[in-house]
Amino acid sequence: MVWIILSGFFVAFASPFCVRILGQIGAYLLSIVAFGICYYFISFTAEVSSGSVLYYSYEWFPNMSVRFAFFLDPLSLIFAILISGIGGFIILYAASYLKNHPHLGRFLGFILAFMASMLGLVLANDIITLFVFWEATSITSFLLIGFDSHRAEARRAAIQALVVTGGGGLALLAGLILLSLSTGSLLLSDMLFFNGRSLDNDLYVLILLLILGGAFTKSAQIPFHFWLPNAMEAPTPVSAYLHSATMVKAGVYLLMRLNPVLGQQPLWTEILSIVGALTLVVGSILAMASRDLKRMLAYTTMASLGLLVLLIGMGSQEALLAAMVYLVAHSFFKGAFFMLAGGVDHSTGTRDIYAVSGLYRVMPLTAVTAALAALSMCGLPPFLGFVAKETMYSIFGSASLGGFHIFIMLMLVIGNALMLVIAASIAIMPFYGRSYKTPKIPHESDFFMLCGPVILALLGIVSVGYLHNFDTYFIVPALQVIAPFTISKNLHLWGGFNLALLLSIVTILFGVFIYLYKDNLHRFLVSLFKFLRWGPDKGFDQFVNAITRLSFIWRKYMQSGHHSHYLMLTFVFFAFALWAPIYDDAYDVFKEMLAVKAEITLQNLLFIAIIVISVLSVIIVLMAKTRLFAIVSLGIQGFSVAVIFMIAGAPDLSFTQFMVDTLAIVVLTLVMTRLAMQMVDYRSMQERLLGIIVSLFCGVGIMVHLNQILSKPFNAYISDYFNAYSFIEAHGRNIVNVIIVDFRAIDTLGEISVVMGAAIACLALVKMRNKKTKLASHTS
Amino acid sequence: MQTIIFRAAIPLITTLMMIFSVFILLRGHNAPGGGFIGGIIAASAFAVYGIAQSEAAIRKALYFKPLTISAFGLLLSVLSGLFSILYDKPFLTGLWHKVDIFHTVVFYISTPLFFDIGVYLVVVGGLSAIILVLEEEE
Repeated sequence: MVWIILSGFFVAFASPFCVRILGQIGAYLLSIVAFGICYYFISFTAEVSSGSVLYYSYEWFPNMSVRFAFFLDPLSLIFAILISGIGGFIILYAASYLKNHPHLGRFLGFILAFMASMLGLVLANDIITLFVFWEATSITSFLLIGFDSHRAEARRAAIQALVVTGGGGLALLAGLILLSLSTGSLLLSDMLFFNGRSLDNDLYVLILLLILGGAFTKSAQIPFHFWLPNAMEAPTPVSAYLHSATMVKAGVYLLMRLNPVLGQQPLWTEILSIVGALTLVVGSILAMASRDLKRMLAYTTMASLGLLVLLIGMGSQEALLAAMVYLVAHSFFKGAFFMLAGGVDHSTGTRDIYAVSGLYRVMPLTAVTAALAALSMCGLPPFLGFVAKETMYSIFGSASLGGFHIFIMLMLVIGNALMLVIAASIAIMPFYGRSYKTPKIPHESDFFMLCGPVILALLGIVSVGYLHNFDTYFIVPALQVIAPFTISKNLHLWGGFNLALLLSIVTILFGVFIYLYKDNLHRFLVSLFKFLRWGPDKGFDQFVNAITRLSFIWRKYMQSGHHSHYLMLTFVFFAFALWAPIYDDAYDVFKEMLAVKAEITLQNLLFIAIIVISVLSVIIVLMAKTRLFAIVSLGIQGFSVAVIFMIAGAPDLSFTQFMVDTLAIVVLTLVMTRLAMQMVDYRSMQERLLGIIVSLFCGVGIMVHLNQILSKPFNAYISDYFNAYSFIEAHGRNIVNVIIVDFRAIDTLGEISVVMGAAIACLALVKMRNKKTKLASHTS
Repeated sequence: MQTIIFRAAIPLITTLMMIFSVFILLRGHNAPGGGFIGGIIAASAFAVYGIAQSEAAIRKALYFKPLTISAFGLLLSVLSGLFSILYDKPFLTGLWHKVDIFHTVVFYISTPLFFDIGVYLVVVGGLSAIILVLEEEE
């Protein structure tokens, strides 16, 4: 199973070579992989629909109990079949659509990689596995949207989609981790038995919001919808595959999957149904305002996703049933529609719905297929779309109608009517009427471009013929997984005269009415949006600009380019780090320190004398007239510290301190002569004062910390160990050296690597400066 | 820095410092010293030599490029650590071999010694690279 899921990735690497060697045939052959996967999943139907769930699991990070785990249940099965089946048709379609494109192989590779990520997403059992595949779909979608990377719009759309869906993915990760912490398992299959009602309320709200952040961005819900229409910059096969049939459904899948855990709660119902209803209506209105075929389809996709979210939010048996059927129906008709729209674009050179007309004469098959898809999308009998719509309207049959239900009903009717208008427009306007002159001479699409849409459109009606089988093998078992109650309802084409049928008729009549005035409505909406000007798409740009500006400001204060400024910042943060943990009991610490009384002995006197020398040398540093003088005085201070080490019995430390100080003075002197620094300190009084304050904070902070450490009893365990074993185990009497080259040799290895890295960096910096000055002297 | 006394004395001092640095390096395991401190002494020797003579003189004295010395030191340290793998022991395990020449000269040769020599070379090379680039004429 895992190999089947991952096979898409492997074939993706091979696909550029496959296409280069075998040419066009190689491209068509790649679809076999997808169809093979589809066949593989279909073969599980009988087993899975009878209620058994197949588990596949491998160790991944055993010490964090993360597993590479998958499971196949009826819900995953529906998605897996849709993804791989439509994927196969898309590959055939893309091979023709991008015929003779130099990067066809690469493109198909991306498609296959996407297919594999999507399969992994819907089959994942472990939440980390789920997240990895979730992000993999974002990344592959980024590659696919930006496939025409030479166009700025495509690049922008790709980045936008990545930022929005990737950001949502991070929210999702946080949500899933919180969920797994509160349910006690990383496996979705365990969580399904966990009811949200037993979650702590505050945590429930947080988890819900985070997970919805992931699902809503992926499924283009308001206000995160703007990336979806922009993603239409991608070649049409991508739009047909990712942005109608599969990727955007990932959010819907997640909501369905987590319905038993998080669903059936007031907050869930409110958020999902209101956001879904708004997305439905706004999406269909935006579709009315567009004239680009693909954008229109994109907005109706957004509307359909809103519809699905709304239905999941309602959560009743009819609603979930409707969601499941609509999901499948939508994949059929929208996938077909997108491929047909791409065919029109490919054949005429334009996607403007007002610029093409009368294509029936040259593209008869396309026109008929579009009509089939449109009838399903309109929800007319006897298509699957009609079944879905009947079912969704039957929500209102049983419930008593409150204000909330009336609102939802209104939204559903408006949304469905507008979608009907769009479907009718796309199926009628380009194909009938007078022929216009188009940029290219139109021709019928070839076999491979048509087989996908024809079969998908036909499935929209064939599935109704086998409605009972469709119901028992796919829909009801899947529903049983996501619904926390037993399913008693069935799908039916004819439900008798009831409220649902009435609502259907009202929708159709309303739709026909709007269709007659659609041009006026379109013009009105275009001028309205022109008047409004601002939209979330623009908001995204403003957001990105704001972040850029913020980082400019940050850079201005943090990366000024002045060495003294950097030092100041470093020490300010250092002082902060020193004082933050002790600021509230600093007073007690001071009192404690002042209470310490030292006896004056000969050894103490020696210490005091050295400290006096050290302090004097520091004062000289501050008073020094020239820098050279200051540097040498600083050296005296370093030497006196070395002497203290020596007296305290640390010859190695003292030795090193002496040498380091010597070398530091030599290097500082060299730097002085080399960088032609001013001999005198140029800083103003205020700057000096600030420096004094900061350094006092640092110094006193270190003193306080040292005092606190020394006041604790000394744990001699490690030093005793080294004392005891340094000669026995490492043949050395100098413990310091034994630690460096033996006991802690790996640390030393790291340190000497750093020494070398620092030398390289230092060299590069100085050399770079040389080049610049040389260049400057050349130009002047 | 161009006084006669200084210039005349420096080659002597440098030689002494170099010998001393090797001495410090080798005695390190049993008495104060070691690769790090030895390396610093050697680097200071080169620095002082450079002040008295010239940058080119240091380069000539070093013979190899300083970063090459440094990189060789790092390699030596890593290899001395890897040596133990041949004896099926973990990375960086110290191995000791007693060298006994007619019971008159007896000493130990060990992987930590080569490790320390590596440290010495890294420090010498790294620091002289920095010193050289600073002493370089514009």
